[in-house]
Amino acid sequence: MSEKPKFAMYWAASCGGCEIAVLNIGEKILDVDANFDVAFWPVAMDAKYKDVEEMPDKSILLTLFNGGIRNEENAHMAKLLRQKSQILVSFGSCATEGCVPGLANLSSREEVFAAAYDSITSDTLGIRPQYSYEVPEGTLTLPIFNTIVRTLDQVVDVDYYMPGCPPESHQIGAVIDLVIQVLHGQAELPPKGSVIGAGGSTVCDECGRIRNVKKITKFRRLHEVAEIDPVLCLLEQGILCNGPATRDGCGALCPAVGAPCAGCYGPAQDVVDYGARLMTAVSSVIDSNDPKEIDRILDDIVDPAGTFYRFNLAHSLLHASKTAVS
Amino acid sequence: MERITIDPITRLEGHGKIDIFLNEEGDVANTYFQIPELRGFERFCVGRPVEEMPVLTNRICGVCPEAHHMAAAKAGDAVYGVEPTSAAKKLRELLYMGFYFTDHTTHFYALGGPDFVMGPDAPVAQRNILGVIHKVGLEIGGKVIQARKYGHTVVEMLGGRKVHPCTSIPGGVTKGLTEAERQEIEKMGRWGIEFAQFSLQLFSDLVMGNPYYVDLILGDIYTHKTHYMGMVDENNHVNFYDGKVSIVDPDGKRLGKYAPADYTDWIAEHVEPWTYLKFPYLKNVGWKGFTDGNDSGVYMATPLSRLNASDGMATPLAQERYEQFYDTLGGKPVHQRLATHWARLVELLYAAERLVELATDEEITSDKLHNVPTQTPTEGVGIVEAPRGTLTHHYWTDERGILTKVNLIVGTTNNYAPITMSIKKAAKSLIKKGTVVNEGLLNMVEMAFRAYDPCFGCATHSLPGQMPLQVTIRNNEGEVMDVLSQYVHPAFLCER
Repeated sequence: MSEKPKFAMYWAASCGGCEIAVLNIGEKILDVDANFDVAFWPVAMDAKYKDVEEMPDKSILLTLFNGGIRNEENAHMAKLLRQKSQILVSFGSCATEGCVPGLANLSSREEVFAAAYDSITSDTLGIRPQYSYEVPEGTLTLPIFNTIVRTLDQVVDVDYYMPGCPPESHQIGAVIDLVIQVLHGQAELPPKGSVIGAGGSTVCDECGRIRNVKKITKFRRLHEVAEIDPVLCLLEQGILCNGPATRDGCGALCPAVGAPCAGCYGPAQDVVDYGARLMTAVSSVIDSNDPKEIDRILDDIVDPAGTFYRFNLAHSLLHASKTAVS
Repeated sequence: MERITIDPITRLEGHGKIDIFLNEEGDVANTYFQIPELRGFERFCVGRPVEEMPVLTNRICGVCPEAHHMAAAKAGDAVYGVEPTSAAKKLRELLYMGFYFTDHTTHFYALGGPDFVMGPDAPVAQRNILGVIHKVGLEIGGKVIQARKYGHTVVEMLGGRKVHPCTSIPGGVTKGLTEAERQEIEKMGRWGIEFAQFSLQLFSDLVMGNPYYVDLILGDIYTHKTHYMGMVDENNHVNFYDGKVSIVDPDGKRLGKYAPADYTDWIAEHVEPWTYLKFPYLKNVGWKGFTDGNDSGVYMATPLSRLNASDGMATPLAQERYEQFYDTLGGKPVHQRLATHWARLVELLYAAERLVELATDEEITSDKLHNVPTQTPTEGVGIVEAPRGTLTHHYWTDERGILTKVNLIVGTTNNYAPITMSIKKAAKSLIKKGTVVNEGLLNMVEMAFRAYDPCFGCATHSLPGQMPLQVTIRNNEGEVMDVLSQYVHPAFLCER
């Protein structure tokens, strides 16, 4: 029997939801097992970093890497798995765009530490994690917390991107099917750098809500809306929905249940900067030519940074604030 | 001083590090359990609109996003001083029962269960969900998969997504229930009650019917006399979604109950420079280090804690099992950590019964989903019981509802000190005069860990079903003698 190609999956700074999404593909996980030798997958198997280090370079065919690069350990694993993998997939929003934790790039490391360790319940103020600390019995070490969150492709070369927070299980299943077909010579891999497991359009295009190209004069926050119209486009109801800038592929799940698209599938095809695209889309629905009125309407967007870069600050042109990098 | 380290093989490996230091006699002098990661939610949520917190804080943990979603929604209600509609509260709780049902099922059958079903001495390769299915039969395996799927279906139906639900907002929810959906949930819930009873029976037959396991459960090695915490309703019955937090001392005496807004009167957190996570403790009792007893502020927040901190269960079948639990184990409180697995099944039955209660509530298909907040937002606390412990979200906002400060005390974090103590005890029992029982150490540490279910939900889905942890044994020269490898992911220790 010929040796099966090797598969790996790794989590850096993440919530574990990507692993859940993969495990939720159900019986397809058996297809992975049938076609691959799972060489390294912390959630699913026992293997050591040392085992990975000892593998020949490029000996893993496919690695799904999720999680952002928050600390030095994350960066080390990114480099190691790049070295050992033929195909490295940036899997999920954290690895691809920085996701919600990427919003930490608006704060300095000290601000992050102060919020965590000098909180109202902390019994001592001013204590910070020490990368090397002498306890009476010896030295304890911790990985270095970097100044900013980086995406995987800001640390190593990436072959493919798979967006979503987390990627939807049916999309993961489709990608696995494709890879297995490639293994059997029945299909070809897409060009390097492609986004896989998602569509080429926007969430609006797969959203079932009705659009009338209506203009609005007021943005309303979700909790301020007494009754959300069940069929009308949320943006036309004045609810800021990220659908126009966000890549399709999820099935427009959030708008279907009355919640605006949060943007977790990242920039739509060919969009360079997600926030800039969303701002353009939002501006186009404002029903006014009066600069003062436009200002007033825009004032209703209470958190521009968090709204326009909720999932992708770390991968945007802005990347981080001066506070964060200083 | 000799140093035996239960430690990742490299410094960089990170995911859960345990150091055990021996004294000159070769006995355990001290242990350190480090959490090597932080993301900083308490900082980067500042500046965000409070109504987005249920969606943003989901991302703390992909295993229990539902818990963060609910705590954040309730904190949002409190910030605006708005009471959600009666139907909205029931819909949130219904979603939450679906989540509990799946989560507790997964833990028992995939993570905690294998130790018992297969036996703690079974080869590692068999101590997993596949091993369990092999032993108990494919039919039962099918039931387990069905149970998980049913819970997920409820979550998706009400929360809009399989992972990271998006429907709760201050004052209510954005998604109601149709009659057809209600009927489907009711059907799944009724099946769930049967399944939970079946699971309790299985535990009774396989575990309590086996004197070896009974000895193991009741033995000293997995026992810690700590304080206990759990949310209760007005009748002091266990409640996962709403109520006051009850605290009992190691003798089972209730020290009090606090409303969410008063948590800072009760809880403080000890900060250490050698780990990214803090150690919560009872403020009025005080931090006395990693030690049991009435004078130590260390408390536990788990299924066992919730039972210990309550006077009973709010549903009839679960109440019967609650009584049986304490009758069998010799009264309240139960300090044996391994009894947590049994307590979890009592809660599983409660979740299923409560799910049916809510699904058959006349109001559950109401379209009164949301009360629009009218007050100026200021400050608020939301608490729910996450499966792995009491979850507290505390928000401060400006007059526009933009967050200015955030404090989070997250599920497993509550148990950081008790877990550390359990590790120390397991190590002490197995390392004597410098002699280390390698495989035994790993198993014991694993079992001590697993009882807490330290948010290893992901790991619980894993095929080999192993506890993610790395154990490295070093001699007094600091040289690595042996490595026993498993993995811990910081998010599953509720790193935030």
